[in-house]
Amino acid sequence: EKSKTTFFSKLSKAVAGKAKVDDDVLDNLEEVLVSSDVGVETTLKVIDRIEARVAKDKYLGTTELNAILREEIAGLLAETNVGNETDFTIPEGKKPYVIMVVGVNGVGKTTTIGKLASQFKKAGKKVVLGAADTFRAAAIDQLQVWADRVDVPIVRQDMGSDPASVAFDTLTSAVSQNADVVIIDTAGRLHNKVNLMNELTKIKRVMQKVVADAPHEVLLVLDGSTGQNAFEQAKQFTLATEVTSLAVTKLDGTAKGGVVIGISDQFQIPVKYIGVGEGIEDLQVFNKIEFVDSFFK
Amino acid sequence: MFNNLSDKLDKALHVLKGHGKITEVNVAETLKEVRRALLDADVNFKIAKNFTKTVKEKALGQDVLTSLNPSQLMVKLVKDELTELMGGETVGINLSGNPTVILMSGLQGSGKTTFSGKLANYLKTKKTKQVLLVGCDVYRPAAINQLQVVGEQIGVEVYAEVGNQNPVEISQNALKHAKSTGKNVVIIDTAGRLAVDEEMMTEISNIHKAVNPQETLFVVDSMTGQDAVNTAKAFNDILNFEGVVLTKLDGDTRGGAALSIKSVVDKPIKFIGTGEKMEAIDVFHPDRMADRILGMGDVVSLVERA
Ligand SMILES: Nc1nc2c(ncn2[C@@H]2O[C@H](COP(=O)(O)OP(=O)(O)OP(=O)(O)O)[C@@H](O)[C@H]2O)c(=O)[nH]1
Ligand SMILES: Nc1nc2c(ncn2[C@@H]2O[C@H](COP(=O)(O)OP(=O)(O)OP(=O)(O)O)[C@@H](O)[C@H]2O)c(=O)[nH]1
Ligand SMILES: [Mg+2]
Ligand SMILES: [Mg+2]
Repeated sequence: EKSKTTFFSKLSKAVAGKAKVDDDVLDNLEEVLVSSDVGVETTLKVIDRIEARVAKDKYLGTTELNAILREEIAGLLAETNVGNETDFTIPEGKKPYVIMVVGVNGVGKTTTIGKLASQFKKAGKKVVLGAADTFRAAAIDQLQVWADRVDVPIVRQDMGSDPASVAFDTLTSAVSQNADVVIIDTAGRLHNKVNLMNELTKIKRVMQKVVADAPHEVLLVLDGSTGQNAFEQAKQFTLATEVTSLAVTKLDGTAKGGVVIGISDQFQIPVKYIGVGEGIEDLQVFNKIEFVDSFFK
Repeated sequence: MFNNLSDKLDKALHVLKGHGKITEVNVAETLKEVRRALLDADVNFKIAKNFTKTVKEKALGQDVLTSLNPSQLMVKLVKDELTELMGGETVGINLSGNPTVILMSGLQGSGKTTFSGKLANYLKTKKTKQVLLVGCDVYRPAAINQLQVVGEQIGVEVYAEVGNQNPVEISQNALKHAKSTGKNVVIIDTAGRLAVDEEMMTEISNIHKAVNPQETLFVVDSMTGQDAVNTAKAFNDILNFEGVVLTKLDGDTRGGAALSIKSVVDKPIKFIGTGEKMEAIDVFHPDRMADRILGMGDVVSLVERA
């Protein structure tokens, strides 16, 4: 709270009544944004926007400035993010609705799947999980623990088996059970490994043999403490799998996850969920104003 | 990103070209680009700022050496300063204990369990040690299974206690077991935890006190952004760790977090992880890391072209 007041009061003192934001304030703003992993390029974009607004509106009081700052930053998310949903919902008309979860190693894919399954189940949906990470040690057991916790069925094969085959089985099983939602876990992979990225494309293709337009959603999970490399992750996963939404995890720590602002802006992919802990309830629907506010806390 | 950096420095260095002397103006211009490159590489904001300030002072303090043109001098200054900050020498691991106890620490998903396996494999095959792996992560689903699978892959015994939820007890019992079975290295894998989670930080502090490790290693994901300094500092305040392990360097991150951590806690980076397989472990080379952060291979070739 303290630094927030200081920042905003500094900002308004330096800007109020002036036609131009002075360098001190911009430096300050730059520090806040860059330190939240927003990145230099996006930060400069935000600063440009603020300068343009201040030049146009001339006199600005603290409250207005406060609002403008949030608006302009959140505005970068706006085109793809409505950002005012509060429920965990899945679109009507696709049954089963297939979600494939992808991302680099250790970002929180499996955990996010467990939490999502719980939310969908609470909403009265019939959920099936697919353990298509057949590579990492005990990855299948980990997803099994989540399936047991949430009490939903899981489709699994042995470690080392073909992930596409697991995905195929999962969809077949989901269709025969008349399930509402299928969530497919995949192994963590670095986006610069061509073979592993091709494997994702194959998993997608094989799923389409069962459900023609699957996956309906490709959820890219980003670790909230990741820096500018997240851009490259978004780029490469989008190329390989046409990512449709983002989840940002581990925001219960001190990292701010600001890199998603630039990503959402550049790739036009909405942020849907944030992870705020390791527990089953620790997943929230993304709220852009709250997210931006957290940079100034 | 690579191209971007080249272009920017090309432009900035162009300003320097043809000038016989490094002046405040062209230094400032170049350093602005260097600072931006550091920020793009995830070097902490304040550290990047200080870095460029230091280089600036050094640049202005030096008369132009006739054998070098100004841009080469700038590149040299940047590279030397960065290498020095990364810490000149490669630092090894202390195996003097009997048995040697190595404690892993770090955030969730940073690569502790995988690295525990890699280190065990490395010490077993390269240093002919008798290693015991200890599973002290009683929280993450299937964490113990994961360590057991890893142990099986590399042929190293894993000590775990099914049903015991107390990692301090488990680690103490593991030490007894290691002694009675003639092990000379004990590697303790712990649960991932956030630095702001007081209860969990107290827990690892208690494990640390109970087993008195020769080496406490802080395992950090090389893709980490600006938060690296906060986390490294918080873990170091509690554990006063001996060294850092930088994982997932097989990716294309520039890894500026390494510089931030080194600056903040001044502890050596001892190992790097370069893949998911048990063999993907390497000792750390500060100069290579310095090159990587700035894309220095790039910068140098650029100056040579000029
Ligand atoms: N604090 C915190 N920890 C999280 C969050 N989400 C996941 N984790 C933890 O991060 C670690 C990695 O999570 P996983 O779900 O296994 O990640 P993954 O992406 O499936 O990992 P791989 O399959 O190995 O690539 C675990 O210790 C999780 O408990 C979160 O929102 N907050
Ligand atoms: N590409 C690559 N992946 C790695 C490396 N080190 C670990 N991983 C992967 O990163 C993910 C997380 O590794 P873990 O060893 O489970 O991490 P952890 O720190 O034990 O995680 P928690 O116990 O949940 O806190 C797994 O998918 C590993 O295979 C590395 O050097 N390179
Ligand atoms: Mg997983
Ligand atoms: Mg682990």
